[in-house]
Amino acid sequence: MQLINQTWDLLKKEIVLEWRSKYAFNGVLLYVVSTVFICYISFNLNPGFAGSKSYPIVWNVLFWIIILFAAVNAIAKSFMQEGKGRLLYYYSIASPQAIILSKTIYNIMLMSLLSVLALLVYAVFFVNTVADSWYYFLTVLLGSISFSTVFTMISAIASKAGNNGTLMAILSFPVIIPVILLLIRLSKNAMDGIQRSLSYGNIGVLLAINVIVIATALLLFPFLWRD
Amino acid sequence: MKFIYQTWWKVAAVLVILYTLIAGFLFGVPTLPILHETIRNTYFHVPMWIAMFTVFTISVIYSIKYLNSGKEEYDLIAVECANTGTFFYVLGLITGMLWAKYTWGAFWSNDPKQNSAAIAFLLYCAYAVLRNSIDEEQKRAKISAIYNIFAFPIMVVLIMILPRMTDSLHPGNGGNPAFGKLDMDNRMRIVLYPAFIAWAFIAIWIASLRYRIRLIEYKRNEIN
Repeated sequence: MQLINQTWDLLKKEIVLEWRSKYAFNGVLLYVVSTVFICYISFNLNPGFAGSKSYPIVWNVLFWIIILFAAVNAIAKSFMQEGKGRLLYYYSIASPQAIILSKTIYNIMLMSLLSVLALLVYAVFFVNTVADSWYYFLTVLLGSISFSTVFTMISAIASKAGNNGTLMAILSFPVIIPVILLLIRLSKNAMDGIQRSLSYGNIGVLLAINVIVIATALLLFPFLWRD
Repeated sequence: MKFIYQTWWKVAAVLVILYTLIAGFLFGVPTLPILHETIRNTYFHVPMWIAMFTVFTISVIYSIKYLNSGKEEYDLIAVECANTGTFFYVLGLITGMLWAKYTWGAFWSNDPKQNSAAIAFLLYCAYAVLRNSIDEEQKRAKISAIYNIFAFPIMVVLIMILPRMTDSLHPGNGGNPAFGKLDMDNRMRIVLYPAFIAWAFIAIWIASLRYRIRLIEYKRNEIN
């Protein structure tokens, strides 16, 4: 299959490029760690916070907000760092579907790695109260997949419309809010250790949103890249 | 002659709306606890959303057509339908909020239905901002068409699916009855269904007028 071969080659190229510079990965990792540390210091200005009743809620919501902004920063770059000449070259050798697929898969890998590392750092600083750790971990992976699929498509649109960060935020937040609401609900269930089967409905909706986004991206990207 | 230039359906829509206004306030309605006479808001609130969905759907259809053909007129139809839809969106939100004040006790009560409606509204505001951010006409038309197609399914998920998954106070969500045997009878249906159709056509009429104004402007600015 030509599409799979092209996607695979472009994906390898993305990984090799990233491996050589390690710019996106290190940059966003540093961003996440600093944010977690700032939150840690700020929240601990109030003594007794870790023992308070609302602590688990803040723990969960704060984590997702940190991941959300890290994802915006990491993925906004995916189309913006490519020069015009290089994009033209890709388009002459690969199909548009392969380009958007390889970008999406690469972003999923990057975000999964980043959010797992972020979760580790976060759990070190903030006392962990998660009851069902494996389920929480699964939610984090699902979250990084959903963020990547949505933000990759939006960053492709934003990069065509003048590459500014404001536009990226405006376009992506309405789309990402339902996703993040579902994620917070899911991860709160994991935190409280609620029976897993009760969350299957939410996981189903989350996967359905992902399928819709990937399908529309595959359909629409061929129109987007032509200039 | 093209459908939007014909007069008969505009007259019919106005007459039907006059009928629903009079009938909506005077005809009998089922007496239900909490709702009482506010049930008449159904005649005005739900048709706004039907009108909005109609023009948004037309907008998406013309965005797809634009991507396939590149005809500037299709982009003008898509954008004016989206603008009209946003207007009906605001009307739907306001009528819903007024009703919520008298039945739920507050204009905004952090209900999932209200919240997702507000989020989906942001989607179409973003569409307007996106259009303004690009100067080049064809590029603007293409990118906003893509965003429009992308936003529509998300809007449907937000308004129609997500609130049904949680406990919402809104009728039809979270196990609450709506359009069912419990709260609606045939006296209401003979007003409600004509109102759906008539308001949808009013929305199409507004959008077509705005499109025609745009078309004139577009032709004037053309370099011959």
